[in-house]
Amino acid sequence: MTEQDLPALTIADLQALLRRREVSPREVIEALRARIEAVDPEIGAYLSLDVDAAVREADKPNVDLPLGGVPVAIKDIINVMGQQCTCASKILQSYRATYDATVIRKLRAAGAIPFGKTNLDEFAMGSSTENSAVKLTRNPWDLSRVPGGSSGGSAAAVAADAAFGALGSDTGGSIRQPAALSGIVGLKPTYGRVSRFGLVAFASSLDQIGPLTKTVRDAALIMNAIAGHDPQDTTALNEPVPDYAARLGNDLRGVRLGLPKEYLIEGIDAQVKAAINAAVKQMNSLGAEIVEVSLPTTEYAIAVYYIIATAEASANLARFDGVRYGYRTENPKDMLDLYGRTREEGFGPEVKRRIILGTYVLSSGYYDAYYLRAQKVCELIRRDFANAFEKVDAIISPTSPVPAFRFGERMADPLQMYLADVFTIAANLTGICGISLPCGFAEIDGNRLPIGLQLLGNALDEACILQIAHAYEQSTDWHKARPPVAAAASKA
Amino acid sequence: MAKPSDLDVAYIARLARINLTEAEAKVFQKQLDDVLEYVEKLRQADIADVEPSAHALPNFNAFRDDTARDWFTAKQALSNAPRKANGLFIVPKVVE
Repeated sequence: MTEQDLPALTIADLQALLRRREVSPREVIEALRARIEAVDPEIGAYLSLDVDAAVREADKPNVDLPLGGVPVAIKDIINVMGQQCTCASKILQSYRATYDATVIRKLRAAGAIPFGKTNLDEFAMGSSTENSAVKLTRNPWDLSRVPGGSSGGSAAAVAADAAFGALGSDTGGSIRQPAALSGIVGLKPTYGRVSRFGLVAFASSLDQIGPLTKTVRDAALIMNAIAGHDPQDTTALNEPVPDYAARLGNDLRGVRLGLPKEYLIEGIDAQVKAAINAAVKQMNSLGAEIVEVSLPTTEYAIAVYYIIATAEASANLARFDGVRYGYRTENPKDMLDLYGRTREEGFGPEVKRRIILGTYVLSSGYYDAYYLRAQKVCELIRRDFANAFEKVDAIISPTSPVPAFRFGERMADPLQMYLADVFTIAANLTGICGISLPCGFAEIDGNRLPIGLQLLGNALDEACILQIAHAYEQSTDWHKARPPVAAAASKA
Repeated sequence: MAKPSDLDVAYIARLARINLTEAEAKVFQKQLDDVLEYVEKLRQADIADVEPSAHALPNFNAFRDDTARDWFTAKQALSNAPRKANGLFIVPKVVE
């Protein structure tokens, strides 16, 4: 064992040690396991941890592969063969994956070791991870607050140095918002950039898998491994995958950044607004040109999202019927009774609400008024973004209008929870890519709470937003700050 | 667009095959009425000349070669079944 605090390392630094044979993959797994055992009773990031499987894999990887010997935590909605895949739902509590998702196959091919399944809002429906049917995940920066969601377990694990990096899924902000609230980096790739095969479907036209990491470079390294075409997913784009890590520099000369005039107006926390304004100035000083852009139709984004996403969810979640897998109610008297009670007992309130709303907006007589209209308004939003990307390379905004909120604060009123997604949702509706990275802290009740900056890039322009994000990140120290719980564990 | 009160949560829940208690239906009714009132704002958007599109990045005719490959065995497909016997999923009697 080296003297170094292994779990605190970035993926890039860990790889360097592994390649120099200064540490073995097995030692890495052991160190990470010890860290998880030390901090996770407080954080609650993980739903399961198959140590034996990881150790078996750690004895064979080629550390010279791109991610050789690097453990990656996996949101428990992505299938890892032989492991649970509960979606944090009672209805899948005993489910065991019978195959690897394509992203898992690709991670393994790059030498990475899937290690640990992380908590989430049930079926990725939520923005705080409070909708998990299993347990709460706490924000490592303030244990009385949420880590964001739905990939809250993945975000909290990375933030607490209980994971080197993690995979999440993002349907309306579920990678970027928890990354922002937990003080780490989260990337939602372009729709189709990463295969969804093996990701349990929530809203099929919006879902996308992506990385949550400590640094922008680490996000690029994971993207190098997971991006690309997949014959198993007809929506996976057959486009070449650039080396995302190769183009990362420190200079923003020639970059045009769009600042939407509609975005910094109302409902944004004053400290978030100040941090974003300071970041814009910083990027300007690094050479970026700041251009005002207008995205007037994004005011419709949340309304469009909660029609399209719930409609698709109502269809996707029809498969959970108690017949082929998952939970089944006791002693059903007939099929209708089996379906009705299985789904009553198996789903939590948010999932039920969304299935009911989605069933309604697709029902006879209401389809045109809701679903069709939403798709048309969605097209307007796409036009707004297409116009903006004529003028700029990336669009900058807060990731979340507020820092991490307290448990229970928004649970009673679903609409208030939905409104928290105002800045992230448009990227899913328009299929473009987006990244969140740390840009400061808010001081609330004596605690420091991370603030996230979002950069939205045009379709398939991940390399561009990674480059901009990296240059900004390297000019700040925000990504080096660690939450109290991680700092305490590394001293212990 | 329909008025929020058009949503009958108890009826739609039956269509979606989810049993609800009366108390649950009542809470959902209020919460979803709020959401539907919020989405009313879509009526203000001018969509006269807009074609709907299901996907942001059109990607048509994505076929793969029609070749046999290894996939689930029947045993694997049944491995998560709540009830099974003789290589079959077992459910309550459907046909009298």
